[in-house]
Amino acid sequence: MTLLNKTTVEEASKDQGFSSKKTKVKKNHWLEWKKAFKKNWQLYLLLTPVILYFLVFHYYPLYGLQIAFKDFIATKGITGSPWVGFKHFERFFDSYYFWRLIKNTIGIGVFTLLVSFPVPIIIALLLNEVKSLRFKKFVQTVIYAPHFLSTVVVVGMLLLFLKPDGMINQVLVLFGGTPLDFISEPAWFKSIYVLSDVWQTMGWSSIIYIAALAAVDPAQHEAAMMDGASKFQRIIHINIPAIMPTIIILFILNMGSVMAVGFEKVFLMQNDLNMSASDVISTFVYRSGILEAQYSFSAAVGLFNSIINFILLIMVNKVAKKVSDTSLW
Amino acid sequence: MGLRESRGDRAFTIFNYIFLAVVAIIVLYPLLFVLSASFSNPQYVISGEMWLWPKEFTIEAYEKVFKNPDIINGFINTMKYTFFGTLLNVVMTICAAYPLSRRDLKGKGFIMAFMVFTMFFSGGLIPTYLLIRDLGMINTFWVMIIPNAVAVWNIIIMRTFFQSIPYELEESATIDGAGNFRILWSIILPLSFPVIAVMVLFYSVGHWNSYFQALIYLQDQNKFPLQLILRQILIQGQADDMIQATSESFLAQKLSVEGLKYAVLIVANLPMLMLYPFLQRYFVKGVMIGSLKG
Repeated sequence: MTLLNKTTVEEASKDQGFSSKKTKVKKNHWLEWKKAFKKNWQLYLLLTPVILYFLVFHYYPLYGLQIAFKDFIATKGITGSPWVGFKHFERFFDSYYFWRLIKNTIGIGVFTLLVSFPVPIIIALLLNEVKSLRFKKFVQTVIYAPHFLSTVVVVGMLLLFLKPDGMINQVLVLFGGTPLDFISEPAWFKSIYVLSDVWQTMGWSSIIYIAALAAVDPAQHEAAMMDGASKFQRIIHINIPAIMPTIIILFILNMGSVMAVGFEKVFLMQNDLNMSASDVISTFVYRSGILEAQYSFSAAVGLFNSIINFILLIMVNKVAKKVSDTSLW
Repeated sequence: MGLRESRGDRAFTIFNYIFLAVVAIIVLYPLLFVLSASFSNPQYVISGEMWLWPKEFTIEAYEKVFKNPDIINGFINTMKYTFFGTLLNVVMTICAAYPLSRRDLKGKGFIMAFMVFTMFFSGGLIPTYLLIRDLGMINTFWVMIIPNAVAVWNIIIMRTFFQSIPYELEESATIDGAGNFRILWSIILPLSFPVIAVMVLFYSVGHWNSYFQALIYLQDQNKFPLQLILRQILIQGQADDMIQATSESFLAQKLSVEGLKYAVLIVANLPMLMLYPFLQRYFVKGVMIGSLKG
């Protein structure tokens, strides 16, 4: 789910603000807590399985991350394995594939951000100008559809279309070109990845902007029209500023995941021949961790990646706050 | 707005319609192509003669798909995982969202932060894998359901919806002596059909389409969900074995495989295709709820 938005996230963060006050209160007034508990024990009971779930499946793995600084030995368990400091990190930084992984991960992430991020905004702005409801509905119905296809299906379609005797190459030959082996050619990997991503997500990602545009006051447009502003000018000076907060919030979130290039699609598109362009941190962690059972080493690689993502998110959030007053927290 | 469109605006409008129409065609064409190819004689698909409508209409490929035990088994498995997974998801989401929507719940800010944090920082694949292994869930039915029991983002959406229900309703029920369970069951839930529908769809589409969990944690072919079977056929090229039983020539086999792949793509998305009108409406609604102030 990447469709986070301003208000709810802001709200969640407001709650965080409350929490620090309330935890202070807790120490002084445990009686108050007892009262709250007595009144709403049923609510706390409802929350119990959920909290347990988060503790076990989300917080315990955080505790387990310490194996990144240890030599994990299954019989000794997470706690009992010996500490080794930054050994696994050093091994990763010194390895010959380190720069390749970084280059590919950042390359795919940035390329995706540059192309996949602006397209839905443009689509939403243009759809907003369509007067014919039928046409609008038709376009929306069509461009939302690929969102519901699974990654396996999308990659399966790509392979069928792009193989040497596939649809794309037939068109190439028709125009006098020579067939290309897109799938095994490293130079094509990133473009195929990003363009198919745009194909799959542009419609769906535009919904949030369409919703934001619907909230623009028509009086503003009427006033601008009186002053002789053209459609294009009104888009630039009224609509874009109106959806700016939404754009910024989504940009922050996307920035935070620039280095979190998803495993699912890359892994399916990967083959021995395009490895030099397609190997990213997440697929590397899968190979060295799950397939080769180097748990400590791949936990270290994964941790390195999470930390970079987290720092990126915080940095972009800070910059956004300074520049535009809009931020996640 | 009695103003006449200026010439510039007119040009813009025309460009706009053409541009959006082209976008729609670019999105639609590959989907139509797959559909038509699945009903065509594969020979014409490979030679490039089939480019929009089916050529030499046939359902042979579908017959092969529905005779394939792996696909049928994968289909059944996926339905099982989707049904029970979604059931647990929705129950857990309600359990989390309702208390957190109540303004009189002490400590809700902390609990919210406790959950939201996991959206931004997680232990990652390896520690989670070791945990699942230690819990003995590898290669079990449960691993497809429990580790993804609830999604924070959906809790936020549902909470926002619950918050939009007037609090006075709950207060007056409390005065009438109703407990919190009673309020949830007889006041809140009956008013929440739209958001529950959104959740059911969000979660079930997620289960239907996911393959990662199964790839990491399942080993037996007979437990594989449909998506992993699809991966074998479409991406690892294992369709060839499926047809070897027949005594077709090499070329005929190659053609069968081609047709089969297109048919498999359609069959895998059959439930989505049939539900698409609902899906679209409710999904869009879900995104909207998420973007409204609660």
